[in-house]
Amino acid sequence: MKKINLPVHAIAHARAGDKGDVSNISLIAYLDNGWQLINSLATEEAVLNIFKHLGATKVDRYELPGLKALNFVIQNALGGGVNSSLRLDRHGKTLSSHLLNELVLPITENMIPINSPYLKKFKD
Amino acid sequence: MTKKVYIGCGAGFSGDRFDASIPIVKEFKKITAPKYLMFEVLAERTLAIAQQFRIKNPEEGYSPFLDSYITPILDDCLENNIKIISNIGAANPLGAAKRILEIAKKQNIRPPKIGVVIGDDLLEYMSNDEILSSPTVEGLDFSNNKITAANVYLGAQPIADALEKNVDIVVVGRTVDSALALGPLLYEFKWKANELNLIGSGTICGHLLECGAQVTGAYFADPGFKDVPDLANVGFPIAEFSEDGSFVITKPEGTGGLVSKATVTEQLLYETHDPSSYLVPDVTADMTNLILEDDGINRILVKGGAGRKPPEKLKATICSDNGFMGEAEISYAGPNALARAKLAGNVINERVQTLGLQGQIRTEIIGAGSVHFSMDETPSYELTNDGDYRVRTSAIYPHKEQAQQMIDEVLSLYCCGPAAGGGARAYVTAQSSTASILVNRQLVDPNIKIRIL
Repeated sequence: MKKINLPVHAIAHARAGDKGDVSNISLIAYLDNGWQLINSLATEEAVLNIFKHLGATKVDRYELPGLKALNFVIQNALGGGVNSSLRLDRHGKTLSSHLLNELVLPITENMIPINSPYLKKFKD
Repeated sequence: MTKKVYIGCGAGFSGDRFDASIPIVKEFKKITAPKYLMFEVLAERTLAIAQQFRIKNPEEGYSPFLDSYITPILDDCLENNIKIISNIGAANPLGAAKRILEIAKKQNIRPPKIGVVIGDDLLEYMSNDEILSSPTVEGLDFSNNKITAANVYLGAQPIADALEKNVDIVVVGRTVDSALALGPLLYEFKWKANELNLIGSGTICGHLLECGAQVTGAYFADPGFKDVPDLANVGFPIAEFSEDGSFVITKPEGTGGLVSKATVTEQLLYETHDPSSYLVPDVTADMTNLILEDDGINRILVKGGAGRKPPEKLKATICSDNGFMGEAEISYAGPNALARAKLAGNVINERVQTLGLQGQIRTEIIGAGSVHFSMDETPSYELTNDGDYRVRTSAIYPHKEQAQQMIDEVLSLYCCGPAAGGGARAYVTAQSSTASILVNRQLVDPNIKIRIL
């Protein structure tokens, strides 16, 4: 089956939360085969590399197979946290979009939900 | 028939929609089972601000939005036996209760019986030194600072104790958000302290409700990829909790939004760290074996919540003044806008250095990945040099005048900056920093009191 390198946004959704200077970002696959892909390739190391430029020092990954979800807990990613950060987005709420964009995985057509605009990429 | 308890959430943060609870109340009028309406309106930093209000005026210090949340639904709640549970008390729960009584008087309705939970304010029974010598779990070193607020997160038991006194409303100050749901569940189902799976499940239910519409399709829509119907009229959540510990998350009839496995899963992990150890004073909740099932349109059945014994110590948040932040922005658009924006940023940074303003400063370009990158980093998105860009600079200083000096430098770009800068805005705001500490239960427990008004 044809594989195309695409942002994980094609096969999963995410939400970011904050506690102090710690960001947590969930990554939830739409479909079972998408879950298998993120579970094997969305590693702590891969995620740390995506947030290193923001100061992240450590990532812990938690798995919830029953919910097709991963949870990443990212230390020191929020510029000091909501009460001391100089960033426009003091909570780091937009960091979920950063993960969805920057984590690029080899994706097959059947991992993508029906009606997704990403399916067009396989038509060319 | 097994007993069911209904809990709706009418607000998920301080400033959430003031009319969101009205459809929940309408839905609850059709139900005879026990029903509760929670309002979660107390963020970490909100308390430090509330403390300042109370110091200035001992009658104040409760949520500044109390009237807006309570006024539209008080009469209907009292008439229909819908009990209100809220941390609307902030730094002054007794003051909040008095204000609710005033609202009832003004509306010419029966005065509600209100239970008030007191005891979260550590400054009432711990000295500055005792607080500062407690172990810090996260946050800055506060040893040289004056503490402006120190509040321990109470659990659900005091809320259940207040409900035992047959009250219409329970007002609390700092309490874990999920306890606003767990309190009524403890009271209704009379769970024993060792029924930890049920208490864990009740906590998970409270966690799903505590951010309001974030579980019913809000904060979720990604048009074309994750669509949500009628987001402008998003319904706030209702949980139908069964005595076996399972519960359904749904929303009022006739509202917009969406309740699906995806919306519930996103909210489940929101602000969660280790999902097998979600710590609250009542239990260590475990989400790892949760099962979500479709149970009709906009209804998700949640099963498999579990719990272990609660943590030994309680978490408290302490606040301290932390100087002043200056924030200022100016826009550049059209041909070569990105280069002009970057030049503006460099001018600001150089001027701030020339003026000798010591402090951390950040310059980012809105339109060029500002929330993911600083001005000096190369974003992974492709940026066009022509476009619509806005330079934003922020810095924190010990004194207000320094923050003002920094933002004045941005405003001066009107005449001294690159070509065609416009739409400048600038603000100085007082900052409060927070840290979390752990305190012994034995110190807190004797100070928890229920007052009835």
